[in-house]
Amino acid sequence: MVKKILEGSHAVAEAVKLCRPHVLGMYPITPSTHIPERLAEFVNNGELNASLIRVEAEFSAISSIVGAAATGSRVFTATSSQGLALMHEVLYAASGMRLPMVMVVANRALSAPINIWNDWQDAISERENGWIQLFVENVQEAVDTVIQAYRITEDERVYNPVMVNMDGFYLTHVYEPVDIPDQKDVDEFLPPLNYKYKLDPKKPLTHGPFAYPVPYAMLRKRNFDDFHSFEPIVKEVHDEFAKKFGRSYGDGIIEEYKNDRPITIVTMGSISGTVKELVDSRDDVGLVRVRLYRPFPKERVAEALEGKEMVLVIEKDVAMGSRSGALFLDIRDALFSMRDRPRINNAIGGIGGTDITREDIAKAIDELKEKDGEIHWFEMRG
Amino acid sequence: MKGDLFAPGHRACAGCGPAIAMRHILRASGPDVIIAQATGCMEVTTTPYPETAWGVPWIHVTFENAASVASGIAEALKMQGRENTKVIAIGGDGGSADIGFGALSGMLERGHDVLYITYDNESYANTGVQRSGLTPMYAATTTTPAGSKIPGKTQRKKDLPMIAAAHHIPYVATASIAFIEDFEAKIRKALSIKGPKYIQVLAPCVPGWGIPENKTIYYARKAVETGMWVLYEIENGKLKINYRPQKLAPVKEYLEGQRRFKHLTPELIEKIQDFVKAEYEKLVSKDGMQLF
Repeated sequence: MVKKILEGSHAVAEAVKLCRPHVLGMYPITPSTHIPERLAEFVNNGELNASLIRVEAEFSAISSIVGAAATGSRVFTATSSQGLALMHEVLYAASGMRLPMVMVVANRALSAPINIWNDWQDAISERENGWIQLFVENVQEAVDTVIQAYRITEDERVYNPVMVNMDGFYLTHVYEPVDIPDQKDVDEFLPPLNYKYKLDPKKPLTHGPFAYPVPYAMLRKRNFDDFHSFEPIVKEVHDEFAKKFGRSYGDGIIEEYKNDRPITIVTMGSISGTVKELVDSRDDVGLVRVRLYRPFPKERVAEALEGKEMVLVIEKDVAMGSRSGALFLDIRDALFSMRDRPRINNAIGGIGGTDITREDIAKAIDELKEKDGEIHWFEMRG
Repeated sequence: MKGDLFAPGHRACAGCGPAIAMRHILRASGPDVIIAQATGCMEVTTTPYPETAWGVPWIHVTFENAASVASGIAEALKMQGRENTKVIAIGGDGGSADIGFGALSGMLERGHDVLYITYDNESYANTGVQRSGLTPMYAATTTTPAGSKIPGKTQRKKDLPMIAAAHHIPYVATASIAFIEDFEAKIRKALSIKGPKYIQVLAPCVPGWGIPENKTIYYARKAVETGMWVLYEIENGKLKINYRPQKLAPVKEYLEGQRRFKHLTPELIEKIQDFVKAEYEKLVSKDGMQLF
């Protein structure tokens, strides 16, 4: 293992390289674009034996790797915001076809107005698309999660695409000391892909057919049921990774930080670092960080929030029409069957790259402590 | 598998031109091929789950991305050392000339080892015969109906084979399902060439064109005899006209009997005749020339 100080995007590119993908579909978009740039250097310098397709649109970035994945190659792409939105149609096709694929999303706001900075609206808007979604807190976790993502997606019990979300700029453009695992260890952890249903003239299969209502509904139901069975596998892969590489992220599903306090903040991604600082500075607040966002670990979250006085969900997105953020809906749902459920409030901020400070969060807690069902917007600064 | 790799029993209409094209694509390619197909008639009618007409590995993802899916397949095969397996992308005229145009251009420009075949039935037949960029001038479609003010589509057919050739790819050809040996030979030749190849095959649509089921081949032939559709190849940029009738038949012979042209007045027929003649002469004058 080598500790390096790397830009987040470049660290992710190192992780991807260690996973030895065969086919990469790449299109530039801020702030994910340093990932393909560094991968292109690896390919052109002979450090990574892969075909990097410089496509003409994000739609083709995802489409090309769908083709490559169906042919049995390990694949990768990265995108952000409008790029993810442009991929939307193919994302459903990829999960419907249950292909092993990994994509990193450098989370960014969606137009209009156009804005290149971080929030989660891109990934959140894809929450029904059938991809496994993980949110990471820091660059090291991004590196480790990319490696885990391949193990998850290529597990025969899963065969389902995985999206690794990292906050745009806050994680993609920050320099952090990172442990880059040894190639040998990654090779042991991640054996070559042997996709069972690959396009092969020796065993012709039809992928992505047309289906009449009943078979269509049956297949949709099957994917719907299967989706929730991925949660223990995500944990299993995380635990195995922890054993081999010595790093873990909560239990792989959620991370509890000093969660023995009466108030719990629930959030995802890099803002968790700020929350942890706040938690360290007072004795009434703890943190539950959701790492696995889709499938949503409802029971696990409920267990972590049982007996709390107040839960504050902090998020950088809105669920338009629901009068709240989207994560809030899932958390409130997780509390639904609880006998004495905690009060639950929602704080929305960080939209379009605005700041959320420790003070903002402290203020929100003090204001919302006795409230229930309040939707609070952080002051807009930045 | 016995018989054709493209099995009978699919749900295409009786007399379907594109289905004939599919059958002969696989006859020419043989079994060592992977097909990436765009959404359209040929995708919907051939793969009603859990049945399939395809005796070769086949994938459909969306309407507009057959070319990019095929790009990924070709690169995966290359990385796996399975380059003997050929890759064919297939789209209809809407999937190729309109919604999938960017993806097609990207695939041709990047140089993937893929043969892209457009089956051209000159409309969005699958969704009920709407106008596409390849619908010919004055044809009536459900979105360009023959009105009292506007007589069908008023624009010319997009010149997709020439646009493909302008990517400086090694092989471009036009074909018609009435000249099946020519079509198959062109597929075989294309598959023997490394890099991106483009073939556009005219394949009449029985309900879309409003023709009898037993006249599919008749109209595919008349199109060529009248100069409405010209069979040619562009190999390494050089144009070769493959079939030149001694004298062009009048376009009236092609237009007659097709419901989509029923509304044409003698003046409009004359306009089409003048247009076809001029276009034909322009093309033929370049026979043997290095175009790109």
